[in-house]
Amino acid sequence: MPVIEIAGKPVNVNEEGFLTVPSEWNEEIAKVLASQIGVELTPRHWEVIKFLREDFEKEGESATSRHTQTAGGFPIKEQFELFPKKPAKKMSYIAGLPKPKGCV
Amino acid sequence: MDTMTAPSIVPNFDNKETDRKLAIICSKGNLDMAYPGLILANAALGEGVETHLFFTFWGFDMITKSRMNDLQFSPAGNTAMHLPGHDMHIPQGLMPVPGMTNVATHMLKKQIAELGVPEVPDFLEQIVASGGHLWACRLSADMNKLTTEQLRDDIEGIISASDFIEMTEGAQLLFI
Repeated sequence: MPVIEIAGKPVNVNEEGFLTVPSEWNEEIAKVLASQIGVELTPRHWEVIKFLREDFEKEGESATSRHTQTAGGFPIKEQFELFPKKPAKKMSYIAGLPKPKGCV
Repeated sequence: MDTMTAPSIVPNFDNKETDRKLAIICSKGNLDMAYPGLILANAALGEGVETHLFFTFWGFDMITKSRMNDLQFSPAGNTAMHLPGHDMHIPQGLMPVPGMTNVATHMLKKQIAELGVPEVPDFLEQIVASGGHLWACRLSADMNKLTTEQLRDDIEGIISASDFIEMTEGAQLLFI
């Protein structure tokens, strides 16, 4: 697995560019990841990211869009507005987490 | 010690603008056969794929307000049916006993809920919130004597089969 430099820090990523060691993530890295995929982070984006990080800590796996709605209270429609086209993948990418495994 | 770092790697989220489009024809009204189309539609939408669902024949029950909460599952005629977590088949002769459909429906709903998968009406709401399009079949509406008032409010229209085929030009198509 490659090690790349993001925001001046070496981080482990997979072949697609997702962080593989969640503890290497920080907010500066999130800003770079977001800008790389064309997402401008607003306070609402940060709320979602904060939820995803906490939920991953608790559940041991990345939240799906469904779970982000039911457990986090972020409506799916809003997720598509904040992270267009592929919300679940973009959210986990920016939050430094693996792609969600769940189907729904 | 210097850390060797590779050049930046960025996922290809939006660059693959393929205009991919998916059309799913839902023709079954059994609880177990309602889900495959919904799960695939939801997955496609999460990948940014334009998705259209066309409800026809028994699939109409999925979008009819008075029936959509009461889809059922029967093990009768399903030779792949076995007890959950076991390889043993349940003899087909035992399937038609009174109450079997209720028991089986209840069990299936419980298993689905445990996986965090929504019930059918809620799932369709999620699909619409994700940008999915729902269409009702003209012939099925006429056969069942149903009008738009009796269907989900988020049905975009009652359309003919040829309208649907025209609308989904170039789409990948699934018949369920």
